[in-house]
Amino acid sequence: MTEVKWKRLPLNSNYAVAYAVKDCDVDVVAAYPITPQTTVVEKISEFIANGELDAEMIHVESEHSALSAVVGAAAVGARVFTATASQGLELMHEILHIASGLRLPVVMTIAARALSAPISIWCDYGDVMNTRDTSWITLIASSAQEVYDTVIQAFKIAEDPRVLLPVMVAYDGYLMSHTYEPVYVAEDPTPIREFVPKNPKSRIVLDPEKPVTMGPIARPEWYYEIKYQQVEAMKRAYDVVKEVDAEFGKRFGRSYGVIETYKLEDADVAVLTYGGIFGTLREAIDAMRSSGLKVGGIRLRLFRPFPYREIVDAVKHLKLLIVADRAISYGARIAGPVAMEIMSVLYRESEKPEVMSVAVGIGQRTVTEQDFVELVKLGLKFLEEKRVPNETIYWGVRGVTYG
Amino acid sequence: MPRTEIRWHGRGGQGAVTAAIIVAQAAIFEGKYAQAYPEFGAERRGAPVCAYSRVSDEPIYTRAPITKPDVVVVLDPTLSKDIYMKGLKSGGLLLINTKKSVDEVKKMVGRDDIKVATVDATSIALQTLGAPIVNTAMVGALVKVLPIVKLESVEKAISENFSGRIAEANIQAVRKAYESVVW
Repeated sequence: MTEVKWKRLPLNSNYAVAYAVKDCDVDVVAAYPITPQTTVVEKISEFIANGELDAEMIHVESEHSALSAVVGAAAVGARVFTATASQGLELMHEILHIASGLRLPVVMTIAARALSAPISIWCDYGDVMNTRDTSWITLIASSAQEVYDTVIQAFKIAEDPRVLLPVMVAYDGYLMSHTYEPVYVAEDPTPIREFVPKNPKSRIVLDPEKPVTMGPIARPEWYYEIKYQQVEAMKRAYDVVKEVDAEFGKRFGRSYGVIETYKLEDADVAVLTYGGIFGTLREAIDAMRSSGLKVGGIRLRLFRPFPYREIVDAVKHLKLLIVADRAISYGARIAGPVAMEIMSVLYRESEKPEVMSVAVGIGQRTVTEQDFVELVKLGLKFLEEKRVPNETIYWGVRGVTYG
Repeated sequence: MPRTEIRWHGRGGQGAVTAAIIVAQAAIFEGKYAQAYPEFGAERRGAPVCAYSRVSDEPIYTRAPITKPDVVVVLDPTLSKDIYMKGLKSGGLLLINTKKSVDEVKKMVGRDDIKVATVDATSIALQTLGAPIVNTAMVGALVKVLPIVKLESVEKAISENFSGRIAEANIQAVRKAYESVVW
């Protein structure tokens, strides 16, 4: 094993992605530019142009084609990458199912951005949450360092013969994609490449010597079993995600778990969220703790497969769990996509907190430490008066008041 | 060093976002923790632009915008003071690109609980770069008044962002502003 040497660079999360793609020696990249993802691909192009990455960059006319191109390349055994956001991810939607149904280890990053209409170039997780049922493993990072580390982990997870599913790594558009912060990247990619060795022989690929057909029609006699294999693969992925993260930690000294907790052990109330604003929550918790409130935080890092065991364990001692979602499922009573998941996993538990669902940061409506302080205050008031709402609270929206 | 929060105000084309990034880069090169990001949206030439830098010896977690800055840097004196003075802490620093004197600026903003520093960054930029792109001059002035990062780290960051003659000219702008800022 080659000893790893790190260099500490000022990078934003888009550049952190590009460094990870380079260090994983990706073979084929196809992408179409969309704000706020564009600089991911610009940086990768630079690495290819200056010889640091030996990859084929396919310029395509749409995101639908971008994902189609990497699906084709993955089918012949190449290590592939693409990136997008918002409407681009929507345009890919049809092919999302093809990539997972064909069991191709595609890795894609999403600089999470609100959906049109009206047009918003700013951050929320409406795009990511819309991919819930596409059978992609979905990880959400909260720092540029974690973005770099998670993209590396993603290739190892996706290509694991027990999994063979595509992996999506999401992070906040703008709030992370364009924020510079210190990131340790490998000085020489060799140790990273040893951690994610290429092994196309471990899966079935298109090969004229050993011809196979991929994606033929499946009649009612077989379709169901093939889809059930995806169900099983997702179950195995739950363990593989943890295993790869632990192995990464052992090798490189950084690991994240499937959820992250902050000052949770003795907390009565906790806020759960995902992505970059967990950092803001952390600082809000420090402030609330110093005024004597027993508040903790939970960050969801893995969305699919959903880490139900860790969640159930983490929250059972709480009186109140506030789930701050960054997307809306229109028409649902509990309209926070993650709040819905949490309520469903807690339903059969005997020890569980009250759950309050809140929408925050929609279209990048500002979320500050003070917002979390006020949310906790409101939640505790509802709890005390035994009237925690059965529907989502739309935090900060004009024209509606809660209390 | 406690956390220092800096808010940059300029107009599209003056390089406020790059200035915020250069300060963060310089701090990270020195092994400090730092963060820089733009207030996104109006990225049109001439439109008011705002960007943030945080510098600290400790890790920085928050991603909230800076509403109570320790430092406000104004690249364009024609911006409304109501925009840039908002939330500036008592005892904080206002660094402004102007030909006016420190006393004149203090009178204009109507605050006597802050430190004011002035630099004629437009003249410096026209002289060194041949264009009124004042960002690097403002960074030079800032690190003189408030030495949160070393001059050579700023110059290293500039070499990362620009190359050749443009890097040279920007380093000149930094040095001239470093020498001529008054407070």
